[in-house]
Amino acid sequence: MSRNKQEEDPRINGIKTKIRVVPDFPKKGIMFQDITTVLLDPKAFKDTIDLFVERYRDKNISVVAGIEARGFLFGPPIALAIGAKFVPLRKPKKLPGETIFEEYELEYGNDRLEMHVGAVEVGDRALVVDDLIATGGTLCAAIKLLERVGAEVVECACVIELPELKGRQRLKGKPLCMLVEYR
Amino acid sequence: KEKERETMFAAENGLKGDPRLEAISAAIRVVPNFPKKGIMFQDITTLLLDHKAFKHTIDIFVDRYKDMQISVVAGVEARGFMFGPSIALAIGAKFVPLRKPGKLPGKVISESYELEYGHDRLEMHVDAVKPLERVIIIDDLVATGGTLSAAISLMESQGAEVVECACVIGLPEVKGQHKLKGKPLYVLVEPSGLDEFC
Repeated sequence: MSRNKQEEDPRINGIKTKIRVVPDFPKKGIMFQDITTVLLDPKAFKDTIDLFVERYRDKNISVVAGIEARGFLFGPPIALAIGAKFVPLRKPKKLPGETIFEEYELEYGNDRLEMHVGAVEVGDRALVVDDLIATGGTLCAAIKLLERVGAEVVECACVIELPELKGRQRLKGKPLCMLVEYR
Repeated sequence: KEKERETMFAAENGLKGDPRLEAISAAIRVVPNFPKKGIMFQDITTLLLDHKAFKHTIDIFVDRYKDMQISVVAGVEARGFMFGPSIALAIGAKFVPLRKPGKLPGKVISESYELEYGHDRLEMHVDAVKPLERVIIIDDLVATGGTLSAAISLMESQGAEVVECACVIGLPEVKGQHKLKGKPLYVLVEPSGLDEFC
């Protein structure tokens, strides 16, 4: 399974059919991948979580880091099922305690991802979760944050990949597991 | 009304002495002076770091709602997203995110609510909830009830029935604000800290 795609599993197609594509959001030319319609289908949502849980439960993952905000929809259920901590990676000024941050590029300008100091420890084995990987910029920032505090990022997990944006190559060599490609 | 407020806590609704409630309370961190001086912020991120206590939180809500024919769990962005989906999955309900303006890509309805200074809006996709669906609304904490009240309005505008609003932390009704449009509120723990709460 060199591309880490769950190619054979029949649940994948059920999930794919539930993703709604919204043209021209947030701006013209973008075909937005809306996962809220997956969340409206209890079976498709459960299958999504189950596929990740089956993959990670025997890998001694101690922390699931989810990227705000759609990573918060998938990360905590995975964390609970595999016995890991959940750590939210947030936009600036949302986390109340002492934080560290990593900058990443947007189309115009930069943004920041923040994590609480002390949430992740040296030796933690981490999974990074988001709904979708596009350019990989946000995931790369997440990997850097986790590695800075001494965690080992085992894998990045996304429901959807936009392979044409080559985000997979920007993950500092970390593997990506995704369920559905959109071309 | 007074009696309703007194019984919103889990400990007065069948879970008196339940050790899980103490574990949950102990796992919540208080951050003084956030977002501004005088506020004792109730930080649930430390609860999410405590797998057992996090699981207890979800289990208590699941046990309460699993036999109530709930078809929708609605979660308020962003901390409601950390609790709502796990509850929805366990009880076989849909999860509906209630979001800040401009985040949801499809056609939305919105409801405004008051902040300390000014207003904000909560949005929901128009096709998310159907008439007569039974809904619970989740957030990490209830203070004035303004956000939950807006969420209730969104549900009712679609003809759905809000069965209950559920929060991990509930502020005591010292301020006298309890705008939940007559809907019951279920809360696991009181806040820790002194004086002002957020």
